[in-house]
Amino acid sequence: MKLTINGDSKEIKDGIVLSELLIIENVEMPEMVSVQLNDEFLTKEEHAVTVLKAGDEINFLYFMGGGA
Amino acid sequence: MKEFSDEELERYSRHIILQDVGIEGQEKISNSKVLVIGAGGLGSPVALYLAAAGVGEIGIVDGDVVDLSNLQRQVIHATADIGVPKVLSAKAKMEAINPNTKVTVYQKFLDASNILEIVKGYDFVIDGTDNFSAKFLINDACILANVPYSHGGILRFGGQTMTIKPHESACYACVFDSPPPANAIPTCSSAGILGAVAGMLGTIQAAEALKYIVGMGEPLYNRLLTFDAKTMNFRNVNFKKNPKCRVCGGEGIKEIKDYEAVVCEAKL
Repeated sequence: MKLTINGDSKEIKDGIVLSELLIIENVEMPEMVSVQLNDEFLTKEEHAVTVLKAGDEINFLYFMGGGA
Repeated sequence: MKEFSDEELERYSRHIILQDVGIEGQEKISNSKVLVIGAGGLGSPVALYLAAAGVGEIGIVDGDVVDLSNLQRQVIHATADIGVPKVLSAKAKMEAINPNTKVTVYQKFLDASNILEIVKGYDFVIDGTDNFSAKFLINDACILANVPYSHGGILRFGGQTMTIKPHESACYACVFDSPPPANAIPTCSSAGILGAVAGMLGTIQAAEALKYIVGMGEPLYNRLLTFDAKTMNFRNVNFKKNPKCRVCGGEGIKEIKDYEAVVCEAKL
């Protein structure tokens, strides 16, 4: 199925849940990324139970704590 | 209403000539008060540009002194300033650029005991801090005090920023909820930062402050601007205010509390 991940269209196998996508996409420290699915933010508890479907738009937002 | 002197009219002529600014916009800038929290990588360019722009009053907060390793990116400080409190070093440069700007220094770090009182006195706040406990504290204080602010974060070659209008646009906690666990993450100083990236993000924050003050354009409300200087790809991620947000949603927060000290991080 086609997913849009961080603005890029990608072909990903059908029927996976979000936490599997985090592994496929090599997201470091998945517990530290804020995930947006079709404009809504998911809670960490939802990662393991949210089944993705074709056309979903997913954004990974990373913490950036620097400034000094 | 402010009467500009001939000196000011000439100094700000390139602003005044802008249709979106004009005399009225420059008056708003000259009557505004902005608080810059952190006189480091982000605070340096922000403080310099806001002083140059003629912001009437700038408060600058930092409890640190200038260190040699700061000078690769903290462009408001000079080699001769090593050992000098950052707020005093910054004030000297800002006043040298524009003696019309009043600079108030807070030579301290902000915490739950002092942040609300300080933030309340300003029209706009810049987050130029380098740790998550400070970033979430600033978010809480600005939501409680109803003062708009610019979030900024940088790491290695990347930056992110959003502008928050309390109770109207999404806040930092709508997106990131709460500080990451302390032990999961390397520190800023170990991860590194390309000095120019601090300048890129800081000047975006300064522009956002000026846009808000003048009331022009579209501030970064309800979107996070992220960029990677290695590819020079810039991206906006849009979102809405989270009705379930821990800080600004529903009941929201009622009082200020310190977060556990957590330094920097994550991967770009």
